[in-house]
Amino acid sequence: MTATAAAASKGRSNGLLSLFTLGAMPSKAVRGGLQVASLLVPLLLWTAIASLGLVDEKFLPSPQAVFRSLASMAASGILFQDIVASTGRVFGGFLLATLLAVPIGICMGVYPAICAICEPLIAMLRYMPAAAFIPLLIIYLGIGEEPKIALIFLGTIYFNILMVMDAVKFVPKELIETTLTLGGRSRQVLVQVVARYSLPSIIDTLRINIATSWNLVVVAELVAAEVGLGKRIQLAQRFFRTDQIFAELIVLGLIGFAIDMGFRLLLRLSCKWAV
Amino acid sequence: MELIVNNLSKHFGEKLILDHLSFSMQSGDFMALVGSSGSGKSTILRLIAGLDQPSSGSISVDDTPVSGPGPDRGMVFQKYSLYPWLNAAENVAFGMRLQRMKAAEIKERTAYFLEVVGLSDAATKLPRELSGGMQQRVAIARSLATNPSILLLDEPFGALDLQIRESMQDFLLKLWQRTGLTVLLITHDVEEALVLAQRVHVLAPNPGRIIRSLDVDLDKTDLDQLRLSSDFLALRRSLSATMRELEPALS
Repeated sequence: MTATAAAASKGRSNGLLSLFTLGAMPSKAVRGGLQVASLLVPLLLWTAIASLGLVDEKFLPSPQAVFRSLASMAASGILFQDIVASTGRVFGGFLLATLLAVPIGICMGVYPAICAICEPLIAMLRYMPAAAFIPLLIIYLGIGEEPKIALIFLGTIYFNILMVMDAVKFVPKELIETTLTLGGRSRQVLVQVVARYSLPSIIDTLRINIATSWNLVVVAELVAAEVGLGKRIQLAQRFFRTDQIFAELIVLGLIGFAIDMGFRLLLRLSCKWAV
Repeated sequence: MELIVNNLSKHFGEKLILDHLSFSMQSGDFMALVGSSGSGKSTILRLIAGLDQPSSGSISVDDTPVSGPGPDRGMVFQKYSLYPWLNAAENVAFGMRLQRMKAAEIKERTAYFLEVVGLSDAATKLPRELSGGMQQRVAIARSLATNPSILLLDEPFGALDLQIRESMQDFLLKLWQRTGLTVLLITHDVEEALVLAQRVHVLAPNPGRIIRSLDVDLDKTDLDQLRLSSDFLALRRSLSATMRELEPALS
């Protein structure tokens, strides 16, 4: 190897290894390909295992069987009913948690006194598993929609508060003080500057935390429900319908993915300045 | 307008930051406080703006003691000075909106002050699309639009490249000459203080105190000439020497 060739290749790896150079950015086409492979490879593996009959079909239904089950549930209207019931609970509980968490988190981030009085309590409450509240919620609220919504509320509000509080702490002090010297009052500073500046981080916080409410809605429906994606999974287990369970799981994943994309879109539309 | 700073001291805990500072300013004055880090120069500005409270002494504007921030004392910081989600015009309008001026008046004044800082063409640009110098000009316009009786500048050009900083100094001096603003500038840059201000106070660090005050009586019609003139260079050397003597490690 000549000296110049050695110098040119110094510190650079070639071929596949170059993907793992720190700070390296693969081309858009390569990244797109990898993203497609992320979903396609597991699907192909699943198809292969099922068609080769490596696992009993009772335990691992084939993709075709799952799709058939999905289609029949969709045709009968059950799927739609379940989706409406579960997403309704998720949005109900999460919306309540958000409506309370955003103002509380902002005040905690801005006022050290409010932070001091709230943070220890919230730090402890947040370590009480939301699912452990189910018996109490049933005693207090019965077995209707209320305990399910309350469970999702309890399971997400503390994380929402703490993450909003953290987001608010990144608002530059100069921006708040500039607003005060422009004649801004406290409420104007909180709403028009602090909340507005933190909006991208708040939307991102909600995007991450709404995943927890999908966990909890399934837990709640396993305990007591007439309809819902979680309830359907439990019923399917009773009849050994693994194909239905798989179908419901995929639906859960797809809805979660759609919600995630929805939040990303919201971020891009409402905070053009930050993306 | 008359700003009077009288025997101003400030402690942070046990540490004395400012030690019995006194000075005063009249309408139309351009004053600079020049000092190294630790001289408490930013603290002085924050106290005048009402963002901090003095430990002792007093600050008054037209015989009214300063008790908190208000639009009569406009402030421009070195960085993070603009609202990143608002374009240049909306940034300029923001203070007037906070004060609930009439929409027509806001629109008119926004256009006027963008014109004053030479950024009419950039009205619809977001801060991130503006250069550092343009951003600071927008911040100055926003402050002026709320009609302050004094403009407080906290190292406003400190984060800019040298060339841009010089053109911003030219801009600020012309603005002051044209509009008769009252400006209090904080800087660590001796040259900047001499180019811009009529009166310069030199601050010593630990604790911050005024150790030298001088009037700058130079011909400022052409700043490029001024920066090279012997009178200016002599003053600059003399002030730099004063500042250097304050650094224990170097003297």
